[in-house]
Amino acid sequence: MNPLRARVRRPGRLAAEASALLIALVVAFPLYWMVLSAFKPAGEIESSEPRPWTLAPSLDSFRRVFGQQEFGRYFLNSLIVAGCVVIASALIAFLAATAVTRFRFRLRTTLLIMFLVAQMVPVEALTIPLFFLMRDAGQLNTLGSLILPHIAFSLPFAIWMLRGFVKAVPEALEEAAYIDGASRARFLWQILFPLVLPGLVATSVFSFISAWNDFLFAKSFIISDTSQSTLPMALLVFYKPDDPDWGGVMAASTVMTIPVLIFFVLVQRRLVSGLGGAVKD
Amino acid sequence: MSGGWTPWLYLAPALVVLGGLLVHPIYQLGLISFFQYTQAQVSGGEPATFEGFGNYTELFGDPQFWQVLLATVLFAVACVVSTLAVGCALAVLLTRVRAVPRLALMLAALGAWATPAVTGSTVWLFLFDPDFGPVNRVLGLGDHSWTYGRLSAFLLVLLEVVWCSFPFVMVTVYAGIRAVPTEVLEAASLDGASQWRIWRSVLAPMLRPILVVVTIQSVIWDFKVFTQIYVMTNGGGIAGQNLVLNVYAYQQAFASSQYGLGSAIGVVMLLILLAVTLVYLRLLRRQGEEL
Repeated sequence: MNPLRARVRRPGRLAAEASALLIALVVAFPLYWMVLSAFKPAGEIESSEPRPWTLAPSLDSFRRVFGQQEFGRYFLNSLIVAGCVVIASALIAFLAATAVTRFRFRLRTTLLIMFLVAQMVPVEALTIPLFFLMRDAGQLNTLGSLILPHIAFSLPFAIWMLRGFVKAVPEALEEAAYIDGASRARFLWQILFPLVLPGLVATSVFSFISAWNDFLFAKSFIISDTSQSTLPMALLVFYKPDDPDWGGVMAASTVMTIPVLIFFVLVQRRLVSGLGGAVKD
Repeated sequence: MSGGWTPWLYLAPALVVLGGLLVHPIYQLGLISFFQYTQAQVSGGEPATFEGFGNYTELFGDPQFWQVLLATVLFAVACVVSTLAVGCALAVLLTRVRAVPRLALMLAALGAWATPAVTGSTVWLFLFDPDFGPVNRVLGLGDHSWTYGRLSAFLLVLLEVVWCSFPFVMVTVYAGIRAVPTEVLEAASLDGASQWRIWRSVLAPMLRPILVVVTIQSVIWDFKVFTQIYVMTNGGGIAGQNLVLNVYAYQQAFASSQYGLGSAIGVVMLLILLAVTLVYLRLLRRQGEEL
């Protein structure tokens, strides 16, 4: 029994629980309103008397979204970008985290500090040089121009966070593996990798989100070839500041939010313990 | 274990990627900021001319820059303070309730956390829409526009930022509180300490490392807010009243084709965040953290 809880007298606890539920409702309300508005028929969305329910749910807004030129393509593009970033940064970060936790070598501490400093770099400020870099490499208007920078920007945090997980694998296990005649590569991929996998999953949430949510790079690097566009840009097609199509915006937002929600719910436990590990370490 | 070249082999992919896509662009950013670099130079019509500190003198002589810088700092401070206050308060609340309300709050927070910045921005705009939004109806504000006034537009963006960033603080601090040995808290409450006293004199010092991490993370995130400002105030608000450094740099570079000037703003941001990082490193050192 948690003593913080044991101390609280009954009325106090009921008040705390009531406020927790109330706050949960307030926090969840924007998401509820988003989904609700996505299903409302046109007349109810743009009504001056908005109601928190609808008696005539309709799929019109979703039809408009999916009927938009190549929306499926944008969705797929977003998935490809996020998928490549997650896999590549997880593998690269795993190798780097192993190097800095399981080996002692000169410059180790310097490198760690560099990884920490790299996390602070404002990605947005680098849009200008990256734009020229991508242009000179002929990568403008390609998904590569979105994938590569996101791998780079998610690496420092991923390495930093994975350190704790790699460190937690006992040294004795490594020695035993070598005594049994395992090679370094065998230990790395067949013993260490599966043990660190939960940590990799927790870490990948962050790279997934940054790649999936990216708005700035897509806006700056995908300038003319709209077939390479991603979801955030597709969403903004419906959002014209003077006359937004709110039904379309809310339906597209719903479609864009759901994959992240699913991913979050799946890795939720590991995320919490991963954060605890990264922070306590 | 010392493995000769093995650690460098493992580090090679990370170093190549970071070198090419992080270190090199930073160098380029610094370089471009010393040049006259506009549309003519981009298209190759004119050679880029070296200007020395020309872009910086222009920037520092522009009253709008100082106004944007001040707005950025104040906005970031307001966001960080509100996010930390809400996150910590709710983390403590989580420890005082039973499973069902805790799960409800946790799930709602995870939902807010998972919401992409673009969709979060459009949804909050819709909630506060003067014509069709529920907030103005409930508050009886008629068709009051939240994005028209400078302060109310910033307030609206702040609400969205706090909504999507408090869950990180709440979840992390909650995990930290759970890791505090129960005997410590029992002893404190047996000695008759109040809840506030327990938080201030027992929990806060024990959670200091965690609080430092979440504070620094929040500073870094909130100082760089881009999407929310860009989407919610439509690129920086009426006459640029809601510009922050990040959006300002973007507008100068990509909207006005002043790439040199935009890069100079980027360098200023980089230096400010570097200063924050140095403070962070000193704090870590003082805690005797081993890297």
